[in-house]
Amino acid sequence: MSRADLWLYVAQRVSAMILAPLVIVHLLTIIYAIQGGLTAAEILQRTQGSLLWGSLYGLFVVAVAVHGSIGLRAIIKEMSIWRGRSLDLAMGLFGLSLLYLGMRAVMAVV
Amino acid sequence: MSAALEETGQQITLEIWRGQEEGYYETYSVPAQASQTILDVVTYVQRRIDPTLSYRFACRIGMCGSCAMMVNGQPRWTCRTHASKVLKDGKIRLSPLRNLPVIKDLATDMTEFFEKWQTAKGRFVPTDGKSQEFASVEPTSTGRKEADAGIECLGCGVCYSACDVVAWNKDYLGPAALNRAWTLVNDERDGDKMGHLAAVAVDAGCHACHSHQQCTTYCPNNLNPTRAIAGLKRMSVAAALKGDLK
Repeated sequence: MSRADLWLYVAQRVSAMILAPLVIVHLLTIIYAIQGGLTAAEILQRTQGSLLWGSLYGLFVVAVAVHGSIGLRAIIKEMSIWRGRSLDLAMGLFGLSLLYLGMRAVMAVV
Repeated sequence: MSAALEETGQQITLEIWRGQEEGYYETYSVPAQASQTILDVVTYVQRRIDPTLSYRFACRIGMCGSCAMMVNGQPRWTCRTHASKVLKDGKIRLSPLRNLPVIKDLATDMTEFFEKWQTAKGRFVPTDGKSQEFASVEPTSTGRKEADAGIECLGCGVCYSACDVVAWNKDYLGPAALNRAWTLVNDERDGDKMGHLAAVAVDAGCHACHSHQQCTTYCPNNLNPTRAIAGLKRMSVAAALKGDLK
């Protein structure tokens, strides 16, 4: 793809914009959820069959997979001499793993 | 000693880097004088104590940009830095500019620094001038103001030396080259705006900048390369979204 570097930069910024409010929602939910103790039953009661929580955390996972893999690629380029296709491939796989693991977790509670 | 130079009776302890990448700090004692610059004390050492000391300078008055060194760990023009202002416990430590290979002592090899200007396409591209009238450039136009703000770069390498991203990523084009590219994309007489953007909108180009603003903090000419780089980021994304930047 031409100008792949630039589109990765755009994807990184856009995923950050999506993540910012979602992280706040996530943190507030944690604080709310632990009031009076935390049980699996309570969590599942909130999430099971909920389109809202399912799509919210589904979007969270997609944004994390995009943001995390691009970010890690940039960090590796700054902190090591690893470059090129092997790095891009590895980071692609890392992103897909995040997507798979995250989606699996979302599916388990929705 | 010239009568014009006021002796203060005190001594400055200088620790100067000797050698190349491998080397050591050698200690010299130099008489303190009023209004003495770092370049003055280095010159004193070279002329009176140790003629084998290598360093670089030309104009001595802050218009050539060739005397930059690390002074107590910070990149500075030595001709524009008063020794009295940077003394720490009566001592000054001088090293060659960071992020550049050392040739000898305080002289660095600036080849990669200038080659990156070429990689960033930091040179003016003329249009077909024959068929055109002289360009009339409005001094108050937005583009001209942006270009003017960054045009006074002397290529001294202080920003390149101050930049952490350069230290981390050897491919990074650096603040000076990107600042130059920004002045060109804002120059309405330049014939290849997209060519300049294409050269800098790469992994090791403007998008690698972390906006730490070390370049802006240390630029002896008070330029703001961080602002220029932010401009390149915005302009290249906008051009790519419009489909102009292929």
